[in-house]
Amino acid sequence: MENKNIKNKHYIDTCYKLGIVVTAILIALFLGGILFLMAGANPFEAYAVMFTKPLGNKFGITEMLVRAAPLMFVGVGISVAFRSGILNIGGEGQIMMGAAAGIAFTLIFKDLPRSVLIPSAFIASFIGGALWAGIAGYMKAYLQVNEILSTVMLNYIAAQIYVFLIRGPLIDPKEIASGTGIAQTELLTKTAWLGKLIKGTRLHTGIIIAIVLSILIYIMLWKTTLGYRLRAVGAEAKAANYAGMNVKLYLVMAIMISGGFCGMAGAVEALGVHHRGLEGLSAGYGFSGIVVALFGGLHPLGIIPASALFGLLILGADMMQRAVEVPSAIVLAIQGLIILAIVSTRIFLTDKKIKEKIIKKIFFQKKDKIENNTETDAVETEEV
Amino acid sequence: MRESIKQLEMKNITKRFPGVLACDNVSIELKQGEILALLGENGAGKTTLMNILYGLYHQDEGVVRINDREVKINSPKAAFKLGIGMVHQHFMLVPNLTVLENIALGIRNTNTIKLDLEEIREKIKEITNKYDLSVNPDAFVWQLSVGEQQRVELVKTLCLGANLLILDEPTAALTPQETDELLILLRKMAEEGCSIIFISHKLNEVKSVTHKVAVLRNGRLVYNGATDDHSQEELAAKMAGHDIHIHVSEEKENFGKAVLELKDVWAKGDRGTFALNGVSLTIREGEIVGIAGVSGNGQKELAEVINGIRKVKNGNIIFKDEDITNLSAQKIIKKNMGYIPEDRNHEGIIPSFSIKENLIMKDYFKDSFSKFSFLNRKRIIGNAKRLVEKFNIKCPDIDTACGTLSGGNIQKVIFAREITRDPKMLVAAYPIRGLDIGAAEYVHNQLLEARDRNMAIMVISEELDELINICDKIAVIYEGKILDVLSKRDVTKSKLGLLMAGVSS
Repeated sequence: MENKNIKNKHYIDTCYKLGIVVTAILIALFLGGILFLMAGANPFEAYAVMFTKPLGNKFGITEMLVRAAPLMFVGVGISVAFRSGILNIGGEGQIMMGAAAGIAFTLIFKDLPRSVLIPSAFIASFIGGALWAGIAGYMKAYLQVNEILSTVMLNYIAAQIYVFLIRGPLIDPKEIASGTGIAQTELLTKTAWLGKLIKGTRLHTGIIIAIVLSILIYIMLWKTTLGYRLRAVGAEAKAANYAGMNVKLYLVMAIMISGGFCGMAGAVEALGVHHRGLEGLSAGYGFSGIVVALFGGLHPLGIIPASALFGLLILGADMMQRAVEVPSAIVLAIQGLIILAIVSTRIFLTDKKIKEKIIKKIFFQKKDKIENNTETDAVETEEV
Repeated sequence: MRESIKQLEMKNITKRFPGVLACDNVSIELKQGEILALLGENGAGKTTLMNILYGLYHQDEGVVRINDREVKINSPKAAFKLGIGMVHQHFMLVPNLTVLENIALGIRNTNTIKLDLEEIREKIKEITNKYDLSVNPDAFVWQLSVGEQQRVELVKTLCLGANLLILDEPTAALTPQETDELLILLRKMAEEGCSIIFISHKLNEVKSVTHKVAVLRNGRLVYNGATDDHSQEELAAKMAGHDIHIHVSEEKENFGKAVLELKDVWAKGDRGTFALNGVSLTIREGEIVGIAGVSGNGQKELAEVINGIRKVKNGNIIFKDEDITNLSAQKIIKKNMGYIPEDRNHEGIIPSFSIKENLIMKDYFKDSFSKFSFLNRKRIIGNAKRLVEKFNIKCPDIDTACGTLSGGNIQKVIFAREITRDPKMLVAAYPIRGLDIGAAEYVHNQLLEARDRNMAIMVISEELDELINICDKIAVIYEGKILDVLSKRDVTKSKLGLLMAGVSS
């Protein structure tokens, strides 16, 4: 009997959560539909192209996954920071610094064997992103500078440094010789290219690296003492301090891991897609990754499907732009709407009173049964 | 003015929570000028019942009638409109605002644009003078100790002019003198036509001030009648459902060697001024030393310097013959120091972490719970199950977020964790605040048992009964100094009371 109640409770709980999230997305899409109408396109047609066309063939699916890989890195990185109580908005800058470090390493050590070169390039990118993010972490922990401010500002600086590097010290000698001067590095040595998963497409092994690392981060956060400390510091710094944890150290460590993952997103783009450093390499993944992290519930395992979804969204937008002739920038607006909708669901998911009310309304006929086994996890109700 | 509450009736109130019947067909009644005591153990349903009256919860069944009119109370605002005011056990104050601003928050201003703080300042003055509650209106709430915050809450509710007051353990943080003053104040308010519902675990207060008493146990009303009909012991037995023995420790002659020595310790408080002004104190093996004092006199800082959470500016702390002055909290924990902090909800536990995670907060890195820095899930679960059962922590399961538990159960979680670590020395700040008699008895038994295992224990408390019953000696702290140390033989309540007020002979 008890078992059944618990099962029932979990069932309704899951349905409720899913329902809320789906409703939120539908509202976002509805509002996006208005934007389409304003742009003079048929929203149904636009959405149909956006969500179905990429899934219709091998090319679409592989391209979706190509975009999912960097999103996954950034999403996981951002979620490590968020879980540790740090709002890292600097993914964009960390991607560029990570990419610069990885590219520079590959250009310098191009003679290394493949099995050493690729991992080392990733490590270099990790370090590049981590050090860059570490600046914001140090400023937060020891100088009490708000990390939102510092990470955003560091994005601008990183962008300039990156452009300087690929225009100056790292520029392809051929560009100078031919006088075209396009800001890009020399093509990376082929041994550094990530292997193709499917011939004839751009899909590379980066996605697998991303999934494996996401799982490792999940294990780190929830199964190790380091993760315990990071989460404790994020959840309640005062209690963490009381328990003898070095709060400042773990704050810095969290943002460095976060930045390191964003940095590896840079590596995956450089080694997997472009095979060189060029302008616009970060492609906004640093910001989209924040949405992916929130959408994935700040959980590494939730982020894996979330990044696939956003990969679809980004690719779908490109295709839609051609098909129904609206600017793909509208997708950015829709992304924004989805963030707002998702963020607004929090109150429905956490406020027990509202949850109780909604569940009662939806499952009205089953009211008696539900009252005993839904809504809250809190049995002790002495204090609110 | 609003209509005053001549009669309040809560009839057949039932409130269900998942898996728990918090209130089961409870009826209480209160007339103008009466003081009703609401008694019950933690989780008996007292706070739930009062939250229904205050509009925070809505009853599943039953009605609330005021002056024979049925009323629906959907929000605290509605309750306030009816003249119902509540002082919560957990304070509802904004830390970043001053006392004055906090009180102004609750008061609907006549002028919508300009906030007339001076008017409110006058009102506060009037009330603090009238009832002799000392409150500095310009202090920031975050600077105040728990006891001072409680006083602000009282002043706030009084300023709002409620005529039915719900007081959820109002005296928990007051000194004996202040408590006496408050009780006199409550009587006076009742004579002037206020009705008061008084939730407390302290039966002597209940006996001295209330007219009627309602006892709840497991959500059911087990007794409802005049206070004078029963003795304290009988009321305690009704609450617990069995007889209660209050433990008084016997006098001890022999103690072990000194475990903790403070030598002229100076430390600054959060306000940047010195909160400890040269504290010297010795605690020996197998000894319980009480720290008596009105909260805000340096107790928090004392506990924190010992545990490495606050920096010592001057002086030395010797623990087990080692100088631990200004070592990190981690190092002091490793030297086997235990600490039950005053702020349970944000320092003693991580509220969003599960019970099982909170129970390993200081030992997660030890071999017993992890190997090669991987957490051992089985052992963590086993540990949690064992402690939840042993310490009778009431919770749906060990994966429940700790912050959703009641205050008493949160304290049990902290207590279970600290005492099972079997520290050489334990600093316990207000160990039974908010606990019911049964749970307090349990905590005291555990402390006395630990003492007999040769643990050195420091108990910080304002409850003189508690201190006198279990401590081997009592040090009185006043404005950051130890005024006097009284041995068990010499201690009396009146001596302590005077010392706590700063009067040293």
